[in-house]
Amino acid sequence: MSDPASKPRPQFRNLSIPEILFSYKLPPAAKTSILHRISGALLFLALPLVIVPLFGLSITSPATFDSISSWMANPLCKLVLLVLIWGYSHHFCAGIRYLTLDMHIGNSREASQRSGAAVLGIGLALTFVFGLKLFGVW
Amino acid sequence: MAREERLGTKRLVVGAHYGTFDFIVQRVTAVIMIVYTLILFFGYLFTSDMDFNGWRNLFTFSVGALPLGQLLATLAFLSVCWHAWIGVRDIFMDYIRLPGLRLFMHSLAILWLVGTVVYFVKILWSI
Repeated sequence: MSDPASKPRPQFRNLSIPEILFSYKLPPAAKTSILHRISGALLFLALPLVIVPLFGLSITSPATFDSISSWMANPLCKLVLLVLIWGYSHHFCAGIRYLTLDMHIGNSREASQRSGAAVLGIGLALTFVFGLKLFGVW
Repeated sequence: MAREERLGTKRLVVGAHYGTFDFIVQRVTAVIMIVYTLILFFGYLFTSDMDFNGWRNLFTFSVGALPLGQLLATLAFLSVCWHAWIGVRDIFMDYIRLPGLRLFMHSLAILWLVGTVVYFVKILWSI
């Protein structure tokens, strides 16, 4: 019989954030998941600070409606809006993915990694398309 | 509300099912927001003149005396805020260990969201 005190038991601690960022390669579904959380928190903060005020300007009067384009002449405002467009696009697509996973659709490891990667891509693609609108390309 | 039931043959589940309720609310509000996003998307597509009036009409159209556009927008926005509450509450429960700080942040989040609802409703219903 070995003495239990003689050999230190292995310890498994929670991962630290630097370990997650630099030592581990997160699979696509994990990236989608943490970005779902980050984009959700971002939208929560932006709701009364950016989204509702902007909505107010857009529907109050023709003058306030037009004032949005002068706001958007500022590159910093464009950037804020672009980040929020990404946040909404990603959160929307990732949310639909979770709803389908809840219905037991695409639950295999391969399918869920594929859909995770697809959500990342579609979120960025939508951001690109609406970003072109924001920068006046269409 | 506390009651007992068995899941399958072994697992005994007891409690008030608050977690189950929030789980379901999170999904129902998500579906409401998806539907409203599609309503706005198709409304945008089928508006011939997308100027100020066309845009505002998406939120202010009425059917007879019923202010349907404002009602739909308000219901969708309430869904947004209820969904956001459950979401940030989960984030705080995951990362904030100190009970006092967690209670403080939960209170702050509720004030933040209720304030947001009032702000939104005031704008939408005063035009």
